[in-house]
Amino acid sequence: MARALISVPAKAARGEIITIKALISHHMETGFRHSTTGELIARDIITSFVCRYNGEEIFRADLSPATAANPFIAFYTRATESGTIVFEWTGDNGFSATEQAAISVE
Amino acid sequence: MRAAIRTVVGENQINKGKVTLDIPPLVENGSTVACSVAVDSPMTTSDYVTAIHIFNEKNPQPNVIGVHLGPRAGRARFSTRIRLADTQRVIAIAQLSDGSFWSDSVDVVVTLGACLEDS
Repeated sequence: MARALISVPAKAARGEIITIKALISHHMETGFRHSTTGELIARDIITSFVCRYNGEEIFRADLSPATAANPFIAFYTRATESGTIVFEWTGDNGFSATEQAAISVE
Repeated sequence: MRAAIRTVVGENQINKGKVTLDIPPLVENGSTVACSVAVDSPMTTSDYVTAIHIFNEKNPQPNVIGVHLGPRAGRARFSTRIRLADTQRVIAIAQLSDGSFWSDSVDVVVTLGACLEDS
């Protein structure tokens, strides 16, 4: 399982705009490089990132080989209610990782 | 790059403005380039940004990243880290809920490119 780091404020006021940051360890092999023996190294990247807030999709990204290794994405959302924010990464070779964070909204 | 942009925007006109692509104009190492895109939008249920795409000219593939957001994002802005193979122009295009497209472009000088060096 790849290591993921996420940053979500533990507490927020209702209606407040919060920053969410997500980072996951992944080498994001582009598929354009050659090994020392001259063979093309197969592509192995994360292709999709989805963030859901209590089941509702709030942010989605389609990644490409041009995304740097260890993909980092920061974005915003409005804190509407207490609950969980779930992060999901999927990629080549059946790669899949999920992470979640709890948020309490007052 | 033009063909990749056409697959996203179709025959719609791309306007200049509203979008701010924040990327350093001079990059030493193209393997990790921090960049962020902000769109001037009230992000209400009637007027919001639906998607933001980043394209480049000279990487092996023109697409960099495409993100999809909605009115509840509150702020039409995101940051990420990208790879740039060479000195080139980077373009960000935002799609608004009314169907219009807005763009911003930045010319980036890359000293050491990413992607193509062998391991």
